Amino acid sequence: MPVTNVEKDLDALTLTITAEFEADANRLWQLWADPRQLERWWSPPSHTSTFEQHELTPGARTTYFMTGPDGTKHHGRWSIEEVEPPHRLRLKDDEVDDQGKPEDGGPSEMTVTITEADGTATMSIQTHFADRESMEQTIEMGFEQGMVLTVGQIYPLLGVAKGSQT
Amino acid sequence: MVVGRNPNPEDEATDLLFKALADPIRRDILRRAHEGRLSVSALAREHPISVTAMQKHVAVLERAELVGKHRVGRESLVQTKADGLARARAALDRLEADWRDRIERMDQILDEDKGAT
Repeated sequence: MPVTNVEKDLDALTLTITAEFEADANRLWQLWADPRQLERWWSPPSHTSTFEQHELTPGARTTYFMTGPDGTKHHGRWSIEEVEPPHRLRLKDDEVDDQGKPEDGGPSEMTVTITEADGTATMSIQTHFADRESMEQTIEMGFEQGMVLTVGQIYPLLGVAKGSQT
Repeated sequence: MVVGRNPNPEDEATDLLFKALADPIRRDILRRAHEGRLSVSALAREHPISVTAMQKHVAVLERAELVGKHRVGRESLVQTKADGLARARAALDRLEADWRDRIERMDQILDEDKGAT
């Protein structure tokens, strides 16, 4: 597994995940810069993703949609904030409805950092929930997508310490 | 075998929990009642249901120990009984799972490159 580190900041609602790949920084950058490559890894295998508009230029807007097995489309939009190929990319993730309006829950931000040493490239992705509302939405989406929960998973989800159940 | 009552009290608590969460209105209450500022009638206004129906939903959540009520002046307010840090952990765990999958797919794409050369 290429993942080498995972950090969670529960107060700042931030996840930082770091992975190493046998590739150079430019190759990793292409995974983000080329929409056809993005489409191959962005969505889970049950869905297909289509990036309609995607160019890594500060101020640019990315529009994409994911199509589920039942044909349901989920639209997404990013605003590209910072671009330093092939080392740094910062974007805001705006989930939007069919009319292109942001759904409540608000945007969250992603920062990608890529470094390279001795034929190994390290990619670090920091994702951040803008507020507790969007965080709650992520939990709710899990239920709506029929996420299969075991009892072990459901207690922390509810904030109930299993030992405290009587 | 007929599924009857659970002999184990912990299983019974789990049943209550799953039953409570099985309804979209009740999950919505958990979200809205996070701040503990809404009364049962205020919650009822958010849905096309009566105050009495909302009272029943809140009672199911109370039995599962998912919400509690506290009194402010003359109003009884509903509050989700969930510790914010645990919910943050749950949300971040979910994000982590998504990103682990994505990273695995990225790695596969890089492997396919190597096969092609």
